[in-house]
Amino acid sequence: MSKILKTHPKSVQSHKDLILQCLDDKDESIRLRALDLLYGMVSKKNLMEIVKKLMLHVDKAEGTTYRDELLTKIIDICSQSNYQYITNFEWYISILVELTRLEGTRHGHLIASQMLDVAIRVKAIRAFAVAQMATLLDNAHLLTGNMQRNGICEVSYAAAWICGEFSEHLENPMQTLEAMLRPKVATLPGHIQAVYVQNAAKLFATVLKSQEGNTDSTAAQETSQLMIERLPLFVQSANLEVQERASCILQLVKYIQKLQQKDVEVAEEVSALFAGELNPVAPKAQKKVPVPEGLDLDAWINEPPSESESEDEQPKAIFTKEETKHSRPRHIEVDEKELARRREARKQEQANNPFYIKASPSSQKVYQDTPGVEHIPVVQIDLSVPLKVPGLPMSDQYVKLEEERRQKERAEKKKKEKKKRKEKRSGRGKKHDSGPESEEDITPAHMVDIVTEEMPENALPSDDDDKDPNDPHKALDIDLDKPLADSEKLPVRSHRAVEAAKSPGEDGDAETVATQQPKKKSGKDKRDDKKKDKDKERKKSKDEKKKKKHKHEEKEEDLLRGEVHEPVVQSEGISQVAELPTSTSAEVSDLDFWLSNAPVPSNTQEAATVAAAEAPVAEVVSGAAQDSEPDEPKDTEMEETKSSKHKKKKQKKEKEEKEKKKKKRHHHHHRHSDGGGEESVQNGTVEEEEPLPSMSNYCLLAENSYIKMVYDIQGNLQDGSQVVVSVIFENKCDSFLKSMEFNVLDSLNSKLQRPEGSGPHDGLTVPFQLPPGVSNEARFVFTVQSIVMPQKLKGTLTFIVKNEESSTHEKLDFKLHFTCTSYLITTPCYSDAYAKLLESGDLKGSSLKLEGVNMPFHHLLARICFHHHFSVVERIDSCSSMYSRSIQGHHVCLLVKSSGQTVSIDAKCDEPTMLGNVLDEIKQTFSQC
Amino acid sequence: MIKAILIFNNHGKPRLIRFYQYFTEDMQQQIIRETFHLVSKRDDNVCNFLEGGSLIGGSDYKLIYRHYATLYFVFCVDSSESELGILDLIQVFVETLDKCFENVCELDLIFHMDKVHYILQEVVMGGMVLETNMNEIVAQVEVQNRMEKSEGGLSAAPARAVSAVKNMNLPEIPRNINIGDINIKVPSLSPF
Repeated sequence: MSKILKTHPKSVQSHKDLILQCLDDKDESIRLRALDLLYGMVSKKNLMEIVKKLMLHVDKAEGTTYRDELLTKIIDICSQSNYQYITNFEWYISILVELTRLEGTRHGHLIASQMLDVAIRVKAIRAFAVAQMATLLDNAHLLTGNMQRNGICEVSYAAAWICGEFSEHLENPMQTLEAMLRPKVATLPGHIQAVYVQNAAKLFATVLKSQEGNTDSTAAQETSQLMIERLPLFVQSANLEVQERASCILQLVKYIQKLQQKDVEVAEEVSALFAGELNPVAPKAQKKVPVPEGLDLDAWINEPPSESESEDEQPKAIFTKEETKHSRPRHIEVDEKELARRREARKQEQANNPFYIKASPSSQKVYQDTPGVEHIPVVQIDLSVPLKVPGLPMSDQYVKLEEERRQKERAEKKKKEKKKRKEKRSGRGKKHDSGPESEEDITPAHMVDIVTEEMPENALPSDDDDKDPNDPHKALDIDLDKPLADSEKLPVRSHRAVEAAKSPGEDGDAETVATQQPKKKSGKDKRDDKKKDKDKERKKSKDEKKKKKHKHEEKEEDLLRGEVHEPVVQSEGISQVAELPTSTSAEVSDLDFWLSNAPVPSNTQEAATVAAAEAPVAEVVSGAAQDSEPDEPKDTEMEETKSSKHKKKKQKKEKEEKEKKKKKRHHHHHRHSDGGGEESVQNGTVEEEEPLPSMSNYCLLAENSYIKMVYDIQGNLQDGSQVVVSVIFENKCDSFLKSMEFNVLDSLNSKLQRPEGSGPHDGLTVPFQLPPGVSNEARFVFTVQSIVMPQKLKGTLTFIVKNEESSTHEKLDFKLHFTCTSYLITTPCYSDAYAKLLESGDLKGSSLKLEGVNMPFHHLLARICFHHHFSVVERIDSCSSMYSRSIQGHHVCLLVKSSGQTVSIDAKCDEPTMLGNVLDEIKQTFSQC
Repeated sequence: MIKAILIFNNHGKPRLIRFYQYFTEDMQQQIIRETFHLVSKRDDNVCNFLEGGSLIGGSDYKLIYRHYATLYFVFCVDSSESELGILDLIQVFVETLDKCFENVCELDLIFHMDKVHYILQEVVMGGMVLETNMNEIVAQVEVQNRMEKSEGGLSAAPARAVSAVKNMNLPEIPRNINIGDINIKVPSLSPF
């Protein structure tokens, strides 16, 4: 963007207001661009105004990067082209001091170098700067801990140096000396400590000097004592520089103390150690060393060669050009005529030389009138040369501005300003052609106190070295007040609107989720607690009921033990029951987490309400409790999404109670469906408040006038080749059913597991009898080899119907349908793992489209989860990814998308045949409803 | 040149990452993190271009991003690319995705990881924009899908035949007969 400055400065200037406005834009990149442009827009008139504005932004800025950027820009703007636009350095120093109060900036060194630069080069400002630095040093110690972290401690480097070097300006050097020697200094970085130590010595010299003027010598001795006490701390420093300086100075002070005790005046000698002023050396100073008298670099050493020697010309020309500048004043008396003649000749030559870069005429002009050069001793490098003095055309305004900012400095400053102005006026007259503004600036060398010593380096404002052709802002020397040509207007950038709508409430999502987690946890805990209570209760009631069914139970349990390989000890079972929900809910919370990523407002809302409010918690609890209630008929259906172990426990308990509670079943149905809804919430399938329709995986196996059989098939997690078929037998007649025998014709692929010792065609005895109207469940284990295909097994149930007068032998044929779905086990999957799985590329894809599906999306998901044993990995709006795993470890991934009535299901699985069958089954599920 | 294409969701979870310049894994993660922090803080109504983070190339680089529903599409480009051009390219890319996976959503990017990469390769390769015509891109992708399907169809044929045979309900026929493995195959063929 700053390229524009170079080429079309005018058009940029005209938009100054706009650019200043852009600083307030909320878009950070716009602000940064505006800052970029601002850099080139400052003038003496508006610098303070702009910087003031930037300072406000610094206070407001929230991001450290932007704040750092602002800081560097402020410094850049102020220091550009040798502080050309700064009219009041006190103001600048106070700005710098203000900037040090920024927290967390990385640019401490930048501020520090500016402070040093200004303090050294602007003599008039030193007293003020030193005072500021002294307070800064005091404060620095309060903030040390803070400062060390954020790099602003570099500032104390500058502060210490300035205080030490210009200690004569200090009002209370003793206090500053103490501040420098505080033990806390030892926590600063080594190079800063070194400066502290060195400058403490300088201060010490100053203090001694002032104290020796007094007749009382004890004060001076106390000062030495202070040094001797404090310095050993630095002698121990790990930093070599600090150590060396500290031990040198310590020895010195000890010696001084000795002398003091002999009443010898040492102050003079001590301060002589640090006598002499340090002047900055300009990068170009070397070039400007005056030529010693008698040396005429223009004179030919040998006879001039032929004029056509163009090769030498360029270097020579450059060299001679510089040399003239310095030698000229010296030679004025010597042979002015001769020199003038030569210069004419050389200019002629240069004009003819195409390689010569012509110096701007002004550079020569300025030098012609340089009066100060003669006073410079030859050896000294720094020159006091004419300086640009910032003009103060509007200084009254500035004074006003500044008064607002810093009241304390007002009186003092006003004086200075006036003085400045006066001298400026008197000095005006020398000009330099860099622009309309700067015309007023140039004064010849004279003693304006603020600026005289500003910079002996770079002394030639119009020196062509100063004019960097690459400087993008050079072009900005433009009168802002000039009207702008219409063609120069900047185009206003506009954005293309993002089309996709962002769903509301998404913004704070991350936070909500974060805050939710703990809440949810507490909710969960509560739930668990309650569950445990319930479990206890349940145990009690169970015990009561047990007595009747005692025999039965034992038999059942034996059978179950054989089948399911589960520990049957009740208490253990219960403790597991109590445990398991915890683990599932832990999974659930993970799932919830991913689900809540989905920008469904109701989703997060609901989660939040559940977590926060008591009542919903209670609801959930009751829902969960219902699930685990042993007297809940068919609650096994609902439990299946939990671990199968858990479920089996339930079933056992259920059996114990079922007969008694049978009549209640219908009442329970409604609650039961609620329970189903809540259950799926736990599984992360459904978040909406709408209750889900009740669902059951049990389907009819066979039915006649005596008995009804419903069954459900589930995979066995532990054994990849086993499925468990749970069959509920319901006695429909008024007679007693007994001696039930369940037999299935094995196929190649699947076999009924029979007790050891029985033949392959023997039936299994159903381990209970059914009184009239009673139902009970039995489970049978099948072994399957290949699970990629669905299959049907034929079987028969034989039983004896016994009533008071007779007993008949009955038979019922049935067909067990092993679907591929029944080999799937609900397995939660994290989205990372899910992505990785899909990334692997091992999976074959297939897809399915369902038309005319009317149910809400969450019902649809719940259905797939429930009937087909999937779990939701992630859900976003009406799109969801799901995962399941078969008992043999095949991964099945679904991507379900719904739009209107069309549902498309993309599926991937490592076993294409199985996938095809699962999809067919899903299709069938939805065609039924 | 396009240096990187990053797609992540509102929570900073990367969904598709493509670097056209070598970065170490750690560096890539840092870049993603930094970019997400830069982009996610921005309002929807602010400029879609921003100066690049410090990690990927510094000041010469720009981030051009668009925010669709739950996803951020971020292109890191150097100064030789036109911002508006890239912005339009993002639009083309997203529309192409939408055409290929009707009603595209974040999860498609995970689920059809491979295809998304194919599509991206049709649009950008080696950091250079190849094709901006959506129809052209979609046509290429379709051709590819068709090829894939025909190959899959061939290789799946034997499996299908086998499963058809298996699917026949064998136990129905030989009732009460002690069937060995060999015996079973004979009656199974009889229906044919």
